[in-house]
Amino acid sequence: MNSLNQFAGQARELMRRDTAWPFLIPRRRDPDVSKNVILYLEGLNVSFDGFQALNDLNLYVNDGELRCLIGANGAGKTTLMDVITGKTRCDSGSAWFGQNIDLLAHDEAEIAQLGIGRKFQKPTVFEAHTVFHNLELSLQGSKGVWSALTAKLSGRERDRIDEVLNIIGLENARYQLAGALSHGQKQWLEIGMLLAAEPRLLLVDEPVAGMTAEETERTAELLTSLAGKHTVIVVEHDMEFVRSIARTVTVLHQGSVLAEGTMDQVQNNRDVIEVYLGEEA
Amino acid sequence: MSAANPVLEKIASVFTDLRQPGKGTSVLVGVLLVTTLAMSAANLLLPVDSPLYVSTYTITLMGKYLCFAMLAMAVDIIWGYCGILSLGHGAFFALGGYGMGMCLMRQIGDRGVYGNPELPDFMVFLNWQELPWYWFGMDQFWFAVLMALAVPGLLAFVFGWLAFRSRVTGVYLSIMTQALTYALMLAFFRNEMGFGGNNGLTDFKDILGFDLQADATRVALLLITTLLLVLVFLSSRAIVQSRLGRVIVAVRDAEARARFLGYRTERYKVWLFVYSALIAAVAGMLYVPQVGIINPGEFSPLNSIEVVVWVAVGGRGTLYGAIVGALLVNYAKTRFTAIMPDGWLFALGALFVIVTVYLPRGLAGLLQRFSSDTPAQSARQDAAVDSDTDGRVSGREVNA
Repeated sequence: MNSLNQFAGQARELMRRDTAWPFLIPRRRDPDVSKNVILYLEGLNVSFDGFQALNDLNLYVNDGELRCLIGANGAGKTTLMDVITGKTRCDSGSAWFGQNIDLLAHDEAEIAQLGIGRKFQKPTVFEAHTVFHNLELSLQGSKGVWSALTAKLSGRERDRIDEVLNIIGLENARYQLAGALSHGQKQWLEIGMLLAAEPRLLLVDEPVAGMTAEETERTAELLTSLAGKHTVIVVEHDMEFVRSIARTVTVLHQGSVLAEGTMDQVQNNRDVIEVYLGEEA
Repeated sequence: MSAANPVLEKIASVFTDLRQPGKGTSVLVGVLLVTTLAMSAANLLLPVDSPLYVSTYTITLMGKYLCFAMLAMAVDIIWGYCGILSLGHGAFFALGGYGMGMCLMRQIGDRGVYGNPELPDFMVFLNWQELPWYWFGMDQFWFAVLMALAVPGLLAFVFGWLAFRSRVTGVYLSIMTQALTYALMLAFFRNEMGFGGNNGLTDFKDILGFDLQADATRVALLLITTLLLVLVFLSSRAIVQSRLGRVIVAVRDAEARARFLGYRTERYKVWLFVYSALIAAVAGMLYVPQVGIINPGEFSPLNSIEVVVWVAVGGRGTLYGAIVGALLVNYAKTRFTAIMPDGWLFALGALFVIVTVYLPRGLAGLLQRFSSDTPAQSARQDAAVDSDTDGRVSGREVNA
């Protein structure tokens, strides 16, 4: 009986005349950012076995912004990224990419094709492939099995790869195996792989972990240069680094937003001092 | 010492050439074709008392080995390139074999022991009155071949679809494939299944009107096997060297990364699994007319594990490694079981342990280590890389 109702509900949904059928909507759509906001997260709740990882979280990110997310371990930063990229299903709430794309209705691969790129905490590249091929695999385009079998690099795609190699400074390592790169180079390659896909929104998880001071500086330059053309959300523990790149900082605490503002505002916020910076002071 | 060096270098250079995607594989293909052609000629043209005469037994043995080589390649594609350790590929091999076996069974006609033109002997023996529905059409060769491909392919698709969509990986998947082949073995052992129970299908007379006992038929089967092995090898090489192949290796090494780049990794795995199952089925189809029997023993999990050992010995992740591994281990098996029948399983186990501990990348890995030690070779490789402007990179990256 219950399943019958469910079926009837689905059928009714399918017969609605004011919306297009889901399978007719093209895979890659541009988010509608006419309100200048690219990401709307409202009332997100996620719990794992009773542990509330996200607790009624609300977050809005403007188009072209560089946003830093900070927070202690377990504050929900990575869970938040998991929800945005479709890895984790949330219990309640809504997540919209622009005004027209409901992220919760898509899975990881679709969300990636919609233009949301994600860099993992631990640098993850295809170690058995060369840098060039890593970028080739990341290019925007059809990701189906058949098109992969018949794929040929076009001149435009080759130019795009060269461009990305130039941005991440790995031109000379083009034909090196990715597994042979240094830790910092792998981080850059992973960022480059995201760029090759020409995403609208980049989620970057701890980009400078394990980097030398010089590498950190270059990464900061890289990320700030990306903002504007792309929207970038950076999760980072390194406060110096956050200070050097951040315009707006959001502090997460126990799965919800504690404070938001410039670095100075945040650092002077009473709540933040109490729960986060207070521990260090 | 100094005299040995140039020789060593020369050998190394031959091995390096072997490893270059284009060249090496054509060497392998050439060796395979020349060997089998020479064997065939020696069998058919030379008198029996000539020292170079190759017996029909050897011809059949070679054909059997080549079928195993094809099966090994099927496992290598899925395991070496995509990291899916299938311990049940014998199931697809045996299903292909049963398809061919049914066809050969029907072609016996009324020459069976009971002389029933319609029913195979074992059905008469079981007092069956008519042919089960799934035997219809199997007397047509083309239909039998179609079924021998469709059934394993469909099974692989359904199994793969269910397993990969639920993101079952690693050892759990291996156990499931093992269970699959074991379940099929138990089913085929039952007389009620209509596949001859534990005796299986045997006593074949001819294939497409050619006498299966005749030397010429045996030689033709060997040549067809070689040809198909070469074809499968070339198509597999084309796959692993295309972007598809690179996605597959990417899925093996960092599946989450591939998924977050927008690849539906489960679809890649399913289609590769189906492709691999089809190759195994072709190998099974070629195997049955040459050995003259197919029984449920082919489904036994042990057989599938043996295939994995062949691939491990030859070197997974290289197509030629799988072929070489299968040929070498099976040759050793033939020799060993003649000398010490009970010792073979111990030898196989020891081989697996030795390869795992000392040669994690198999004999092919040994070649690679050997050849990349010579500076001249690596320089040449680098030069090849530099001149390579269309983005395809030398054999170091994708082995075939």
